[in-house]
Amino acid sequence: MIEDEDIAILLNDLFDIYGYDFTRYSKASLKRRIIRLCALDKIPSYAELRYKVRTDETYFKRFVEEITVNVTEMFRDPSFYKSLRDDILPVLGTKPFIRIWHAGCSTGEEVYSMAILLKEANLLRKSLLYATDLNPSVLEKVRKGIFPLNQMKQYSESYIASGGIHDFSMYYTANYGQAKFNRELAEKIIISTHNLVSDSSFNEFDLILCRNVLIYFDKELQDRVLKLFDESLGTLGYLALGTKETLKFSAVQSKFKQLNREKIWKKII
Amino acid sequence: MEENNLKNACKALLIGGSAGSLQVLFSLFPAIRPDFTFAVIIVLHRRNSGDSALSELLSTKTLAHTLEAEDKDPILPGKFYLAPADYHLLIEKNETFSLDYSEKINFSRPSIDVTFESAAEIYGPSLVGMLLSGANEDGTRGLLTIKKMGGKTVVQNPETAQMPFMPQHAISNHAADYIHDIREMADFINNLR
Repeated sequence: MIEDEDIAILLNDLFDIYGYDFTRYSKASLKRRIIRLCALDKIPSYAELRYKVRTDETYFKRFVEEITVNVTEMFRDPSFYKSLRDDILPVLGTKPFIRIWHAGCSTGEEVYSMAILLKEANLLRKSLLYATDLNPSVLEKVRKGIFPLNQMKQYSESYIASGGIHDFSMYYTANYGQAKFNRELAEKIIISTHNLVSDSSFNEFDLILCRNVLIYFDKELQDRVLKLFDESLGTLGYLALGTKETLKFSAVQSKFKQLNREKIWKKII
Repeated sequence: MEENNLKNACKALLIGGSAGSLQVLFSLFPAIRPDFTFAVIIVLHRRNSGDSALSELLSTKTLAHTLEAEDKDPILPGKFYLAPADYHLLIEKNETFSLDYSEKINFSRPSIDVTFESAAEIYGPSLVGMLLSGANEDGTRGLLTIKKMGGKTVVQNPETAQMPFMPQHAISNHAADYIHDIREMADFINNLR
């Protein structure tokens, strides 16, 4: 059994030794992930876990990868992608150049979904997609653009539901149970580590997507990250959050206007 | 005895259900007196439709409004909350909700076990867990955790369940303090203090 105090000590270690700050993550989820990891790796005690994380950098990397949630999919919530297609991309298309930031992109399924939307709107060539995450190992997967083939049936259905009219399989090559997405889609993706907790704004964007990341943060950190997004958006830029996330009750609420039923806000000042 | 009752006054009632449990809620809810003094948190396996039609449907059956639990919402007494589709629902120490989009548990998201285990840790003996009809093993581990932390568990009598597997699985694993039909469950809830 791991006590809350043990977790607090562990989080202090992570900050002191590696500079990663998880202290403002939602405790309930974090604790569940830590207990799950101990069961997966057959770690018998908290003392053992702490020792391994402190002394073994390879294990520390695994620890970070496992306590953060890296579940994502292509075209998740098709109505959201439909709104991007119908409401957002036509507006962005009037700009000479489009900068998009996928903050906390995990293994990149949403980034490739966006690249497909841009390609179909004939905007990919003048776009740049910044894909960032705090985990270097998930970013490696973004770089490769290889996803499990057994997911493609569902992704294809979601793609169609989002307004896609092509045969989804034209975007990848199937091989050995994997789907490798076309190089052309990855050409405009810029990959970098970025920690929303500790790193600052690095560019000005027309659209920021950060879906199902804020739910893992406590209220105060959510507010801080939303301020970071506000600072990173140009005037009339868009911010997209997950279906259960909101700008309501945050410090930047008054600067944004929600577009429609989807969780997309436009920066109005 | 009185003091003990007061100390362990029910703060939250969790209801978990899968296939065949919606009909149970439809008969159970109208029988619950509206003056209950705890939060009711419902975790149902449902299709990821992304809309909130289910909470509206449940609202028509209850005198209290059924809200879809939102991330970081405070958990208030006298309210019905429904776990949103396709997220796990967790409880924080300051009695607020947290959502989590991690791997499915027991092929389910939301998973009943996840919410029950998380709530058991926060509410301890002030928690009641109820498991209804279903065709899945979800819920048993959660009920066992609730029991371990001093809370009470109620399981729908499998003979009255459209899908008896889930309640039967809980009973076979000694996770049930009480085995009730719908009428008895309503009485049980109305007598909770």
